[in-house]
Amino acid sequence: MIKHFLTLEWRAFFRSASFKTNLVFKIFIGLIILYFILIFAAAGIGAYYGLKKAHLEPLQTVNKFMIYYLLADVMFRYFFQKIPTLTIRPLLVLPITKNTIVHFSLGKTVLSFFNITHAFFFIPFSIVLLINGYSVLGVITWHLGILALILFINFLNILINNKDVIFGIAATIVVGLIASQYYKLFDVTLYTQPFFQGLYEHIWMIILPILALLATYYFTFNFFKKDLTLDERLHIKKNLATNQNLNWLNQFGTLGTFLKNDIKLLLRNKRAKTTLYMSFFFLFYGLLFFTMDVYKGGVMQAFAAVFVTGGFLINFGQFVPSWDSSYYQLMMTQNISYKEYLNSKWWLMVIGTAISMVAASFYIYFGWDIYMTILAVGIYNIGFNSFLVLFTGAYTRTAIDLESAKGAFGDKKAFSVKTILFSLPQMLLPILLFKIGKLLGNTDIGIALIASFGILGLLFKSKIFMLIEKIFQKEKYKAIAAYKQKN
Amino acid sequence: MIQVNNLTKKYNNTTVLNIQDLEIPRGQSFGLVGNNGAGKTTFFSLLLDLIEPSSGGIINHDIQVNSSEDWKRFTGAFLDESFLIGYLTAEEYFYFIGELRNQNKADVDALLKKYEEFFNNEILNTKKYLRDLSKGNMKKVGIIATLIGNPEVVILDEPFANLDPTTVNRLKKIVKELAENPDVTVLISSHDLQHTVEVCNRIVALNKGEVVKDINTSEETLKELEAFFAV
Repeated sequence: MIKHFLTLEWRAFFRSASFKTNLVFKIFIGLIILYFILIFAAAGIGAYYGLKKAHLEPLQTVNKFMIYYLLADVMFRYFFQKIPTLTIRPLLVLPITKNTIVHFSLGKTVLSFFNITHAFFFIPFSIVLLINGYSVLGVITWHLGILALILFINFLNILINNKDVIFGIAATIVVGLIASQYYKLFDVTLYTQPFFQGLYEHIWMIILPILALLATYYFTFNFFKKDLTLDERLHIKKNLATNQNLNWLNQFGTLGTFLKNDIKLLLRNKRAKTTLYMSFFFLFYGLLFFTMDVYKGGVMQAFAAVFVTGGFLINFGQFVPSWDSSYYQLMMTQNISYKEYLNSKWWLMVIGTAISMVAASFYIYFGWDIYMTILAVGIYNIGFNSFLVLFTGAYTRTAIDLESAKGAFGDKKAFSVKTILFSLPQMLLPILLFKIGKLLGNTDIGIALIASFGILGLLFKSKIFMLIEKIFQKEKYKAIAAYKQKN
Repeated sequence: MIQVNNLTKKYNNTTVLNIQDLEIPRGQSFGLVGNNGAGKTTFFSLLLDLIEPSSGGIINHDIQVNSSEDWKRFTGAFLDESFLIGYLTAEEYFYFIGELRNQNKADVDALLKKYEEFFNNEILNTKKYLRDLSKGNMKKVGIIATLIGNPEVVILDEPFANLDPTTVNRLKKIVKELAENPDVTVLISSHDLQHTVEVCNRIVALNKGEVVKDINTSEETLKELEAFFAV
């Protein structure tokens, strides 16, 4: 039985659409994976010696932050780990017991990428601990304990999946804990650190995470088995339609018609909604740079601002027209001009960028010059990058499955030489302009240069639109064929 | 009038469609029959400029479809579910199509009122997104949407498939009514010989991409076709 299941999995993996890309891309992805493995491994080894150098006890320090590491893992999985339910539909009517099906589909999740990545950190770290004379038994129980906790999270995620309320509560608690630790109100690590440390010091404590793991597995198993019918768990969720009138957009004519549709697209589809979440996260990208003195007044200020204001623009724009891939044939037989179609997408990006620019006003806290950079880059995003992403989109022929949140982190087929060619200037140009400004005198000149580039782009809008339209026309048949393949 | 000249479509040197000469006069109700892979959908896709012809072309009311887009003003088509926007409700979808064809809300409402019986209370005011409708109900929405804005050419691919018997009869009535209008050309493809014979006044049979029969419907048509497709 297991053999059959494994064959199915093997084929599902190697015959998946994303695997059928060209060799260059496979090598590229392979290198990226290798890169991450090395980074994690280096972190595992480096963590020990780095902390030692900083005169901190390595294991204790790692245990101190372990709670945040695990909580971050919960968040990350919530967004990106897919729960394998629908794939077992065809198995239901075959002569296999429900227990086997459930055990298999739960067991399968153990091998998920989300569990394996942790190994690349914890295995090297544990080995380094052993080399440096830590108690062998202690390290082993600690390691197994953490492994059990990671698997515990894995099953917990299956239990809480798609329950936004639970996720909301968890997210609030995490933010609250980080904030109260930062402001020294309450330090949760004081309570959790002894537990993780205990896994090393008291061998019997390994029972606790293992019990937790077994308990969640038991609950998840029963939860799954109980609902293993088509009208419960495996049934494709249907939401009641919400009424969004948006009649005020009618005054904009055809532009309004498309805008209404695009707003509904963003609000009613899982994949499109992810774009909105991502744009929100991008808003805080600047915190990485503006809080560190190293980057103060440097070119990276402009680099960060591209993402702070352009989160929505980049995430949404690079998939125009792929957002409409599932009904592209309809669009192509309707009496519409590409210009009107593009214009509505462009305006949506402008609105998104404008909202980000206003929302980013909290960066004033880090200084006016930083907020001025953000505003200038915002104008540059509107007047220049908006067109560049549309060029990228015209060559991106990835059918988007609106119903699945997967693939939000860069669609695999979306990768091509052309995409890179168009996306490099998006980030490099503001850096360059900022640098030129600094060389000429001060950052103000750089900021002015960036903004004027954006205004220049706006002046040539109709000319640029004509160029993009031509590409759309030329790529029409290829796009239709590519979008059809998925269906 | 729709004029087909030396039209071929090849995929990797395999010819899937080869129609030398075909003329569909204005106002005709034209039925396309054939087995799977005969080239019915390929022909409609070429007519809608969704795929590129390998040679030749189609002229729809004096407009070469692969060089001008003006045919879109008077052509309505429904090939499959990829013509539906899954995240809209049926009403929203109808109004969206209406706005693209310069029809105001009242015009669309009037049209929907006319086809109330066809919807059988399963489409309007149900608070369901199109992606959550059954296949049959999706088809109903798609077919009625092609009629918005009084198109002169109506193209329906397999309209009878997936529909319940009552709805099939209602659809036949709708198609017949359309066909009575001398300004409306209706093109239908189907596997079902009987349905096609009932609603069309001309039937063309395709086999492996070529026209093998071209007959004006009469008493004997159904027998003739059944004999042709007999095993």
